[in-house]
Amino acid sequence: MAPIIQIEKLTKTYEVYQKQEGLLSSIRGLFHRQYKTVEAVKGIDLTVDQGEFVAFLGPNGAGKTTTLKLLSGVINPTSGSAEVMGHVPWHRDNAYRRRFALVMGQKNQLWWDLPAQDSFRLHQKIYRIDADQFQRTQDELVDLLGVSELLSQPVRALSLGERMKMELIAALLHSPDVLFLDEPTIGLDVVAQHNIQQFLKHYQQERKITVLLTSHYMKDIAALCQRVVVIAHGVIIYDGSLSGIIDRFGGYKILTLTFNEDAASGNLSRFGDVISEDFPKVKLRVDRAKVGEVLASILDQYELADVGVEDPPLEEVIADVFSLAHPGDQSANEKKMAQAST
Amino acid sequence: MAELAARASTWWAIFQINFYEKLVYRGDFMLGTLMRFLPIVTQIFLWSAIFSARGDGDSSGQEIVGYTYYNIVAYYLLSTISRAFSSMPGLASGIALQIREGEIKKYLIQPLDLISFFLLNRIAHKLTYYIVAAVPFAIVFFLCRGYFDGWPPAQVLCAYFFSLVLAFMLGFFMEATIGMIGFWFLEVRSLLFVYMLFTFFLSGHMFPLDMLNELGGPWSTIVKSLPLMYLAYFPAAVFLEKITGAELMWGLIVQVAWVLFFIIASRLAFHYGVKQYSAYGG
Repeated sequence: MAPIIQIEKLTKTYEVYQKQEGLLSSIRGLFHRQYKTVEAVKGIDLTVDQGEFVAFLGPNGAGKTTTLKLLSGVINPTSGSAEVMGHVPWHRDNAYRRRFALVMGQKNQLWWDLPAQDSFRLHQKIYRIDADQFQRTQDELVDLLGVSELLSQPVRALSLGERMKMELIAALLHSPDVLFLDEPTIGLDVVAQHNIQQFLKHYQQERKITVLLTSHYMKDIAALCQRVVVIAHGVIIYDGSLSGIIDRFGGYKILTLTFNEDAASGNLSRFGDVISEDFPKVKLRVDRAKVGEVLASILDQYELADVGVEDPPLEEVIADVFSLAHPGDQSANEKKMAQAST
Repeated sequence: MAELAARASTWWAIFQINFYEKLVYRGDFMLGTLMRFLPIVTQIFLWSAIFSARGDGDSSGQEIVGYTYYNIVAYYLLSTISRAFSSMPGLASGIALQIREGEIKKYLIQPLDLISFFLLNRIAHKLTYYIVAAVPFAIVFFLCRGYFDGWPPAQVLCAYFFSLVLAFMLGFFMEATIGMIGFWFLEVRSLLFVYMLFTFFLSGHMFPLDMLNELGGPWSTIVKSLPLMYLAYFPAAVFLEKITGAELMWGLIVQVAWVLFFIIASRLAFHYGVKQYSAYGG
């Protein structure tokens, strides 16, 4: 089966106006403007099959949103090609636009002063949804998200979480085959986040639609996506499962040692970095390759009540991956640290 | 046929949602609509003062470049009707703001033609306005019926209504084109101000443009070769039968040509604008 999304060597560069500080340069800027070329996406290759739920993960400004904008045809690329369901997104064919949806956590597409119901009706007409089909889909979505009470309330009077639910309904009324979600849970409280996650999970499994999601909440990604694409500085640096990120980038494991009451822990730093020491519990960071060896010699030398070996927390690994992707920042950080220690 | 029915049904939905939106702030909408009639009163007083100053306290019988006091008031009332069709409050600035704020994206992903969508929104806006304004307009015209020499013949009325519809189209596509400039320059408020200023004087909203003939020089020619006069002066002059026969036909042809010119201009601006927009991030 042909992939549903196929991206080849996609690049996008922006020209960004540079303004120097100071009055004189502001005046100079009136006549002669300096632009900086920003490479938001630098030659991305990606293939997504039908029914996949893919997360785009990356620091701010990595090119995630730009990629989604390119795929939804809102902007044209600088070079490279992309096809979604056989359509070139930036040609903006109606046939394509009837088959996908884009939801942005920070933008709303509902009519602000009117109840969401009115916007839904307009969508029905714009997307030419059959009346029965429309009623069925709307009832189903409203029921799943539990917002039937709120349909006749002006959008402006809804809470952020309620509004996001309405946004999702509006986006799904025409039963799109491909859904792009740009930080759908941004700014939501834990309960609302969880609701939206559950809904997306259920909906995607039921309909087998293809979803591309960007989010900064690791919980969203862990709950929803089998596949994670890490983008940093406009390039893909990882493509695989979420747990695979830890295997690939998490170079260490965490040992949790619980000592017998009367046993002394002694100097443990020779085995690895001591993360916390709260006797009788000690946490050690140990190189992944040396875990067996270290554990053997600890067991040999100390009396332990309990031992635990865990992967490092995902957030930490990802933070490491991001900082690796910023070589400049990292050396600056190292310099700072060196200065602080002297 | 089915395609046409589907379209008509979409248009109806767009009309409805706009109507509902206007009615949310019904107080503001009513007040805004009714306040538009205030300038009519002040203008009538102003011209009355000008004419009576000329005639030493008597405003009748005097003429200013071919216009009596009665002619001028009739002209002013008709130019107000023209502007009720051709003025587009908030259109260009609204488009520019949507570009600037990135709101335009939500329309780019939907299967609709953006310019047609804006046009339908505006038609709905205007129709809602006429529903509210019809009664006050009728009252004003009834009270001022003495300033008119009765109804013009049927064919003149037809030409008049046609030119009013064209004035609406011209106003819409001109402002839409200006709004699209927002794709290149994120801030177009000053440009809009200049446009409004020129429109105010050169559309003939303030005074009949044929008064400029008296000025001599190239002024009259310049003003008459601009599209702005079709926004107010032309329909009013048609109603008052100042423009007739071959001149009327030619005027309508030029008005249609301007409408077509700005339809194409707005399409081109949109086409290239979207490309430009994406070059600078959005």
